[in-house]
Order: sequence, then C-alpha cells, then structure tokens
Amino acid sequence: MSFEYRVTGGDFTHAGYASSQVKKMLKQLGVDSIVIKRVVVCLYEAEVNIVAHAWDGIINVELDTDTIFMKLTDNGPGIADIEQAMQKGFSTASPEVREMGFGAGMGLPNISANADRFLISSEPGVGTTLQITINLNSPAV
Amino acid sequence: MKVEEICSVLNGELVCGSDKSQREVTHAFASDLMSDVLTVTCSNLLLITGLANLQTIRTAEMSDIDCILFVRNKSVTPEMKTLAEELGMALITCPSTMFRASGELYRAGMKPLF
Repeated sequence: MSFEYRVTGGDFTHAGYASSQVKKMLKQLGVDSIVIKRVVVCLYEAEVNIVAHAWDGIINVELDTDTIFMKLTDNGPGIADIEQAMQKGFSTASPEVREMGFGAGMGLPNISANADRFLISSEPGVGTTLQITINLNSPAV
Repeated sequence: MKVEEICSVLNGELVCGSDKSQREVTHAFASDLMSDVLTVTCSNLLLITGLANLQTIRTAEMSDIDCILFVRNKSVTPEMKTLAEELGMALITCPSTMFRASGELYRAGMKPLF
C-alpha cells in the first residue's frame, strides 16, 4: 500500500494530519502499539519540520507486511550542515515555531532514535529529503 | 487518580470529555516542549502543560496521551475541543501555575515518570 500527503509550510492548523491518518491506519491493521508510536513520532516530527521550516512538501508512505517506509521531500531553505542539525539542542526555528512548542533542536534526534533506518539529504536553497524505515515486527529500536 | 479527583485537587474544570471523569491516570509529565513529550514512552499519562494550541492535542495523540491538564487558566479553543473530542481525550483547565499544579498532584499521590 502507498499513500501520499501534501504539507503546506507555516500551516500549523493542519500539521500532524498525515501522521494522524497513518496512526489510524496502522491501528486498524493491528500493528504493535510500540511500533506505531515509533512510526508516528518519526513522522510527526518530520511533518512538523516541513511546516516549521519549508515552503511545502510531500510525504510518501509505503507499507508492506514487514516495513513502513516514509519519504518526506520538501521545497525549502535546506540544511547547510546536517551534522550540526543532528545535534540535540541545535535549531534554527523561528520564535513563532517555538511558541508552538517545537524548535528546541530535538526533532531530528527524536527521529533518529526511533527509526530503524534514517537517511537525510539536503541542498541549501532547494530542500531536504528524509527517508525513514521502521520494521513493523520488532518493537525495540 | 481519577480525572474528577484531579479537578477536585486543583479546583479545575473538565472542559472536554465530560463522560471521562472516571478515567484513571497513574503518572504525570509536565512540559511546554512538545518534542519532549514525544520522547515519553509511558501510557496512562496525564500531560500538564501551559501550551494551549492544536499541536498540544496532536502531540498528545501521537504520544498516546488521553488526558491533558492546561494550567494558568489557558483557554481551550473550539478547534482544540473538537479535535480532542474526536480523539476521545479529557481536557482539564485549572488556575494554578504548572509548578503548583504539579506539586499538588504529587502530594495527592500522582506518580512522576522518572
């Protein structure tokens, strides 16, 4: 199964909609609750990152019997130094984003901690792509 | 501790989920930082926060938290209430600061996560 969701930068009203839909689908499929939580924490953090930092983006979710693969591609300012962005506490979020409870430099480390496989690539001035894979049959990271 | 007891201890009001007053929560976690909330793995949890917006509800959804206490008389908007109702959450508001609310609940037997 595959699904696609569009995300609009700055639209905090709808941020989390895709993650919510994926969570409902995984629950209906009877996926282990610990695995669901890992999936939605990764996806929600990544979805909020698009809303917080990019102009727009697309989320592609591919689900098979063993894994869920999520690819988030955004059009945005990109990340100049990925190693720095992966450090806990580093953030370039605006005051508005911080007022929403995000932008403390925990998003990418949270994704990395919950994913079985996490790839990030970025081109400054163009955008960022995240590829997240989680095994559906192994609750522990 | 039941939701109705939380309201009683803090002079709070159950503003969403009136049918959830008998729901039990055993542990509480206080934070205004949503990424922090997303690191929590405990279930049956009360989120204590001063951050009142739609993303508070969304974050609770992703964290499997179905009871939120808003401190300092924060307003719950109709949009927040609609989403929380859809997700089956209980929302409580109270006049206390986060520090006082946490202290009063701890004294009343609410367990911390760590």
